[in-house]
Amino acid sequence: MKRTKLDLWVGIFVVAGLAALAVLALKVGNLSTYNMSETYQLQAHFSNIGGLKSQASIKSSGVLIGRVAQISLDPKRYEAKVTMTIDKRYQFPKDTFANILTSGLLGEQYIGLIPGGDEAFLKAGDEIKKTQSAVALEDLISRFLYSKAEDSKQPNK
Amino acid sequence: MTTVENLRFLGRRIVNAVWRIGYASRFFIMILFYSGTSFRRFHLTIKELFSSGVMSLIIILVAGTFVGMVLGLQGYETLKRYGAESALGSLVALSLVRELGPVLAALLFASRAGSAMTAEIGLMKATEQISAMEMMAISPMARLVAPRFWAGVISMPLLSALFSAMGVFGGYVVGVVLIGVDQGSFWSQMQAGVDFQHDIVNGMIKSFVFGVAVTAIALFEGYDAPPTAEGVSGATTRTVVESSLTILFLDFILTAFMFQGGVV
Repeated sequence: MKRTKLDLWVGIFVVAGLAALAVLALKVGNLSTYNMSETYQLQAHFSNIGGLKSQASIKSSGVLIGRVAQISLDPKRYEAKVTMTIDKRYQFPKDTFANILTSGLLGEQYIGLIPGGDEAFLKAGDEIKKTQSAVALEDLISRFLYSKAEDSKQPNK
Repeated sequence: MTTVENLRFLGRRIVNAVWRIGYASRFFIMILFYSGTSFRRFHLTIKELFSSGVMSLIIILVAGTFVGMVLGLQGYETLKRYGAESALGSLVALSLVRELGPVLAALLFASRAGSAMTAEIGLMKATEQISAMEMMAISPMARLVAPRFWAGVISMPLLSALFSAMGVFGGYVVGVVLIGVDQGSFWSQMQAGVDFQHDIVNGMIKSFVFGVAVTAIALFEGYDAPPTAEGVSGATTRTVVESSLTILFLDFILTAFMFQGGVV
């Protein structure tokens, strides 16, 4: 069996296809920035998670440090139980504060961690005690509208 | 026609359709059964890779670029209204990698390579080359059909990756170079929005499934074609129609399984 011109063309085709896949993975996708091989899990209870979804990002000081692994409703406390997968390189104090934030006014929601001052660190499987729920935009708007209505009731004294 | 005749006609059509499905399933199993030869004598598959994969390159690359450019234009027009032009990158990349890349590449592949396969096999049957091979105790399944099948299955994901990559490039040309969306936010939004596992791998799985479906349909139609000029032309048409519909149907099924949104 000898090499032919055909093999060259097929070789070019296969190499180009694999190169395209590599470009998609590295340049388009997040394979280059996303290497969380070593992780640990934390939990937190929120009274309202708003529009938080699994796979949502977890940030501290704006840096991506993990992903939401699972969201479920705790049947005893009637609160949302969020399991978070966090990069092992980052350890957080016991009194860390977990906030559900929104990127931009209408962007997607993520969990922001604000570290406290405790000397002891959270271990795998621990729960973040201090949490703040998502800000529901509807509530804010309705509160604003009601206060406006109150104002306009006594227009000129 | 009387009612009885109508009923008889309807019944015959249904029985024929079921019969054909059964025959097609057996044909598919036979392809897998006779696949050994296409890997032992890989030059047979290489030859088919050339005629189905390499020859489809130009159309895939050109079509991908233009689809990406259109996505860039249209996406920009819509996103501009909400002041979210910076999300153009993730819009272009997500729609290409998840849907348009696999589906459009498969549709182009079906009409470019699938129809050629059907016509080739059908004509071989019409000119009794297949019977001649059987007479020489050469299995046409192993020698003709299986290499074409594997060539199609191998080249489909590669073509779809090329389509998506060219599409992203087209979107980049229109969005960043011509319109002037910020280059940094274009790429960073894209990387933030596209997940390797969830989007790219699933897109590749899709195109693999499409490759199996398109080549299997094309080969079956060719093999099953009536050995006349009219029969071969009809089979070629059926290949394009059936495989296009199958691609779109399978795409719906696969999307429903893969991207169920954030619902846990």
